[in-house]
This record gives sequence, structure tokens and C-alpha cells, in this order.
Amino acid sequence: MDLSYSPEDIAFRDEVRAFLDAKLSPEMSGKVRNGQELGKAAHDEWHTILNEQGWLAPNWPSEYGGCEWNAVQKHIFEMECAQANAPRIIPFGLTMLAPVLQKFGSDAQKAYYLPRILSGEDWWCQGYSEPGAGSDLASLKTKAVRDGDHYVVNGQKTWTTLGQYANWIFCLVRTDPDVKQQEGISFLLIDMDTPGIEVRPIILLDGTPEVNEIWFTDVRVPVENLVGEENKGWTYAKYLLTHERTNTAGVGYSQAGLSALKRMARAEVSNGRPLIENPHFAARLAQVEIELMAMATTNLRIVSMAAVGQAPGVEASMLKVKGTIIRQEINDLARRAAGPYAMPFASESVEGDNAPIGPDYAGPVAAQYFNNRKLSIFAGSNEIQRGIIAKVKLGAMG
Amino acid sequence: MNFELTEERQMLQDTLRRFLADRYDTKTRNEILESDAGLSADIWGQMAELGIIGAMFTEDQGGFGGTGFDLAVVFEELGRAGVVEPFLDTAILGGGLIAALGTDAQKALLDDVIGGTHHLAFAHGEPTSRYDLSQVQTTATANGDQIVLNGRKAVVINAEAAGTLIVSARESGGVGDEAGISLFLVSADADGLDLMGYPMLSGGRAAEVMLNDVSVPVSARLGAAGKAYPAIAERAAAASVALAAEALGAMETATRLTGEYLMTRKQFGRPIGTFQALQHRFSDLLIELEQVRSAVINAAGHLEREAQVRDLNIAAARNLIGRAGRLVAEDAIQMHGGIAMTQEYELAHIAKRIIMTDHRFGDTDYHLERFIALSAA
Ligand SMILES: Cc1cc2nc3c(=O)[nH]c(=O)nc-3n(C[C@H](O)[C@H](O)[C@H](O)COP(=O)(O)OP(=O)(O)OC[C@H]3O[C@@H](n4cnc5c(N)ncnc54)[C@H](O)[C@@H]3O)c2cc1C
Repeated sequence: MDLSYSPEDIAFRDEVRAFLDAKLSPEMSGKVRNGQELGKAAHDEWHTILNEQGWLAPNWPSEYGGCEWNAVQKHIFEMECAQANAPRIIPFGLTMLAPVLQKFGSDAQKAYYLPRILSGEDWWCQGYSEPGAGSDLASLKTKAVRDGDHYVVNGQKTWTTLGQYANWIFCLVRTDPDVKQQEGISFLLIDMDTPGIEVRPIILLDGTPEVNEIWFTDVRVPVENLVGEENKGWTYAKYLLTHERTNTAGVGYSQAGLSALKRMARAEVSNGRPLIENPHFAARLAQVEIELMAMATTNLRIVSMAAVGQAPGVEASMLKVKGTIIRQEINDLARRAAGPYAMPFASESVEGDNAPIGPDYAGPVAAQYFNNRKLSIFAGSNEIQRGIIAKVKLGAMG
Repeated sequence: MNFELTEERQMLQDTLRRFLADRYDTKTRNEILESDAGLSADIWGQMAELGIIGAMFTEDQGGFGGTGFDLAVVFEELGRAGVVEPFLDTAILGGGLIAALGTDAQKALLDDVIGGTHHLAFAHGEPTSRYDLSQVQTTATANGDQIVLNGRKAVVINAEAAGTLIVSARESGGVGDEAGISLFLVSADADGLDLMGYPMLSGGRAAEVMLNDVSVPVSARLGAAGKAYPAIAERAAAASVALAAEALGAMETATRLTGEYLMTRKQFGRPIGTFQALQHRFSDLLIELEQVRSAVINAAGHLEREAQVRDLNIAAARNLIGRAGRLVAEDAIQMHGGIAMTQEYELAHIAKRIIMTDHRFGDTDYHLERFIALSAA
């Protein structure tokens, strides 16, 4: 056991810090810190900066342009980016689709799509969920029927995050309705410009158009856009989900959130003293920090295991549950710290040129609190994760 | 002991529940939420006609209720339907302060308030006062037979709709002293009064109120100079009863929607309400709801008592409801899954109403501290 960073780790950390210092503009980090919507252009800009540095795809094998970092380095990079309030990496192409293509895609698919993901030419979205298929994803109904060199796709996807920016969508579709649900699903890549696709925004409870409904009416998709084999999509989807879940601990986000929260609590005055000195508030803050310190180590333990080839199983589920609880707790404390100034609906002041209503930090906290209720719902709800943990662990004992 | 509503209050509840069920459906409410005014003048007028505003004043004051239980009955129904109209601000705070402290001439305004034609707003909180009622920095300075007001009031709900603002200002003492605070009636069109209005996350509108040398006659002062604090504290207590009851009503709706959804939403070939993990959580919500119901009764039943007893019960209720409200709002959303994250789904609005009551007249921690201090006294 050794909890300290090696000299190489420290040198790496300093390199990351220098990069962030030089390349992350105060304007961009300010927006991230204040919880403002970034929009496509800002995301693209940061994506390009990382790509030019060669640091965009830490998890990719080097043959495709990955960085060959070890687990500790990846961790350091994630922490430093979060602490510096760098924009989050949009995961759909880089960390969801790419690993699937690398493992199951054809050579032509790899050669075509992977560079376009790195360059930012393609913005991918994830077309899994449907109105009737959420936790029970395998019950999905969107169907793809073979017609010559094409599949004809009909159905509806929903909750598609940032689908309004996407030019491609990877979808799970039903190609065989007559077999066991999991055995009739295929993994299709669909160009969003194909005729018959309609994207309708869903406004979330915090007023943001973050997700979409996507309708498919007789959408013709070339057969070469099938990933792997027909009716094997479920296997690929499960593979993808394990990648999705390793990122959901969100230690970096929590640490950045905690720093922001402390800043707020130092600035807010309660009964003539800084809120951070209020014993009740201080106790709540301390408790969540204590949780986070332990989870950061759990996260590192699991990441290191993964580095020596032990794929995280239930541990990923554990991180998802604990990580989202901690993030949501920080959001709750931030909302409380803002006091009455949590009530204004800040979108006007954030988007427009109006003066901020209360202190800068207060504007988005209540909206973020509500928006981040999603954390325990998506990427496998926390109930589903607990079910997995119990099934695996109890199963091994029975 | 008797936990039944009186006949009059039962009628009030039935009338209000029926009216809101008919006239305040999700679609109507969503239109109101989208509107520039943030409230429906039409609904307001109709509810005034039904006597809902009158129910928040005593007979002496020109109404037919005014006690803690009257407020609780009305606000539970408003909460149940997710009503965003400013009954708290115009009636309980603005109207209540005028009724408590006003001269006969000043009280003449109440006819229009109860009739639904005049809105009020209580401009009290300031940018750094948080929930502390005695933190008043806005100044009131005598100038001949005029009084000049200067300062900034924060998150003044209903300020834009109000014909008259009730502004607190300090005539003597230091920031944080209870003594020295006065209240003034300030007309919305007074010179030097500027509003910066905005919508609120859970509906309705508020404004930052800037007072730059706003000059009012001495006759605009409500009650004696520097002695408004006890009345402010009493109305804050009444507001807390209303907020607690509103949260109760909203929690009833949240649990009802959740229960219905659990029995209709199917995943894995069966209603999700058949999963024990969700059944237990749903049961916990119902258990909490009964605690909340009792906390509201405790608070409402002690509103007319002496300040220490009143405030102890109110602090207890608001602390409990703050905690239970968070649980109910969050778990109701969680058990719905994605659908509850959408703006137009009823639960999203209801959950916001529940959570945001925690930002008025003291949050969960504020009331915990109050409870500790008051029970030690
Ligand atoms: C903001 C947001 C963004 C999203 N982005 C995307 C995206 O980009 N692409 C995409 O494909 N999907 C996306 N999703 C969808 C997300 O994956 C689903 O919401 C999630 O799978 C849950 O499905 P559901 O919402 O239908 O809830 P349901 O599955 O209907 O679940 C409702 C409740 O029942 C519980 N439940 C279900 N089954 C069980 C069980 N067996 N035992 C115990 N409890 C159970 C759930 O935990 C939940 O509490 C997003 C969702 C949100 C909210």
C-alpha cells in the first residue's frame, strides 16, 4: 500500500496543470463553474483543443489514437480537468461507441468512424431508450427490417441526450421479433440526415432542452452500418454499458462541486457569520466530504484493478450508486447554501445580458439540483444497480 | 381532542378542492407558468369571489376565518393543485400586516384585497439577510413630515403585480436589532421605486426592489415607529403554517401520482409497483406523509399562542417537513424514472413546489436551530 503519488505521477500532474493553465480559457471555465449551458460550439472547441494535444481519448488503445496512460494517470487527468472546471467530455462517441467499434466493428467502420470521432466531425447520440423500454431495455420495439442492401427502420427512441447536436445516432433495433428478446436485437449506426428521422426536444424540469424524442419512419439504413453480427446487438450493448458505468463515480465532478460549495458557504452570511461556520451546515459539509474522500479511494482501487485486466463488475454498480448519491447531496447543499436566492429562475440572467439576480453562484444551483436527479435514473437506475449487486453477491453465496 | 374539521372549514375545503379540480388542471397551470404575468388574474378573481382570500382574515378584519387552521385548510388545497398564485403574499403577509397594524384609514385597502382587485407584496428580505427576520439595513429617515426610504429588498414575491408594497425599514438601532424596524405602505408608482422582475423556478414571479430616496408621508407608516418586529414575526409564523400546509398538499399529490404510476408503468412484463424495492419506498412516503399531516396540525393549532410556544411548534413542523419534503419529492421523481424529469409532467412542478418551500421563511436547518434555541429557553 502506498497512497502517495510517485515522482512520475507528480510530473504528469504538473504537465496536465500547465496544459489546462495554457489552454482552458477563463471564459470557458467560468461558464462551467457557474453551471451555464455551454452549447455545441464551446464543446467542439474544447474537443479540438484536447485532440490537438492528443489527450482526447485516454481509454482508447494507442493504435487508434489513445494515450496509453496508466490508471493513476487517467485518474489524475480526470481530477485536474474537473478541478479546473474544464467542460465535460461528451461521452457518446468517445467512450460509448468507440470501444464497441474497436472490439466488434468491421475494419471499414473503424477506419471511417474512429478518426471522425476524434476530429469532432461527428457528434454521436445514444439511441437506446424508448417510451416503453427504460430499465427493461431488452423490450425495445423499434424495428429494422431487411430490404435488399438496406434496413428499414420504424419506431421511436426517447431521452436522447443532446440529440439536437448529433449528426449520427447509434441505435439498438429489433431485427428478430420471434426469438427471446435479447436475441433479436441489433446495433445500427444511423446518419441523422437520412429522410424519415424527426427530432423533437423534451424540456426538462429545469427548463433545459437537454434530451429529445426521435422518430423513425421508413428510414433506410445501408446494411454496412450494422455493427458486428445481426441479432448480437445485446452483447455489444452490454459491453458498452460496462464502459458507461465505469465513468459514473464522477469523483472529479464531486470534488469540483465541493470546492464550489465551500466558496459559496464562505461568501454567504448567516446570522452575521459566514455560513461555513454555521455548525449545522459545517457538519453536513463535513459528512459529504468524508464520504467523498473514501469514495475517491474506492474509485482508485477499482480503476487500478481494471488496469491489470480485472474488469469491474459489481464494483462499477457500487460506484454508480455511491457516486450519484454524493453528487446529489452536494447539489442539495448548494441549493440550501444559496438561501432565498435559490428561488429566481436564472435562465434569463444566465443566457441574456441582464445583471445576475443574486450572487453569481446562486443562479443555477436550484436548477442543477433538479437536473441532477437524472444521475440516479439514467445509466442503469440506482435500483437496477442495487439489484445487480444483490444478484451477483447473493448468487455467489447461495 | 377533536381532529375533525369544523363544518365551515369542511365546506371551504370542499369548495376549494372542487374549484381547483375543475379550473386548475395541468394544462391551465402550464399556461400560467408560461405566461409573462406568472399568475392568472381570472383565477384570482374567481377565487376571491369564492371567499378564499376572505378565509385568511378574521371577522373583525372583514373576513371569516384567519386562524391557523383556516390557513392550513386553504394552503393544503393550493398545494395539492400546485397553485402558483400569490395568496401567501397578498393575503397572509401583506393583508395580514395591514390588518394587524393598520389605522382604519389604512385598513380601507383590505376591502379591495379581499375582493381580489388589489395585490400586495411584503418587501422585507434583503440581499444578505437570508432567513433572519431582524436583519434590516434599509433605512427610513425623517425629513419634515415625510419619511425617506433607501435600500434594496431581495426576492420580493409578487412585487410586480402589487399595487402596494409593504416595505420594512430601520428607523433606529443596528442591523440585526429587533427594535427600530418599521413598516411603510409604498405605492407601486412611487418615485424612486425600481423593480427588477424575474420568474421563479417553481412558478410565479418576484423582483429585486430598489428604493432610492422613496419619499412617503408619515401616515404611510404601519403601526408605531420602530415597533413592527413582533407583527413581522407573527406573520412569518403564519406564512410558515401556510408553507407547511402547501407542502403537505403537494406531497399528497406527489404520492398519489407515484402510486398511480407504480401500478400502471410496466417494465419486465409487470407493473413496477410489484417490485418490493419500490413498494417499501412507497410505504415510507406514506408514513412520512402522516408525520407531515400531524406536524401541520401542531403548527396551525399553535399559531394563536404566545410567541415562544408558537415558534417552537412552527420550527418543529418546518424542520420535519423540510426533511420529509425532500424525501418525498426526490423519491417520487426517482420511482417515476425519466418521465418525472420533464417540465410538462405534473410531478415535476409539484416536486419543485415542495422543495422550494424550503427557501422561504427559513429552511430545514434554520428551523432546527430555532427549535434548539426555543426549547432551551
Ligand atoms: C436526463 C436523461 C438523459 C438520458 N439520456 C439518454 C440517452 O442519451 N440515450 C438513451 O438511450 N437513454 C437516455 N436516458 C434514458 C435512461 O436510460 C432511462 O431513463 C432509464 O433507463 C430508466 O428508464 P425509465 O425512465 O423508462 O424508467 P423505468 O424503467 O420505467 O423505471 C421507473 C422506476 O422503476 C424502477 N425499476 C424499474 N425496474 C425495476 C426493478 N426490476 N426493480 C426495482 N426497481 C425497478 C426504476 O429504478 C425507476 O425508479 C436518459 C434519461 C434521462 C432522465
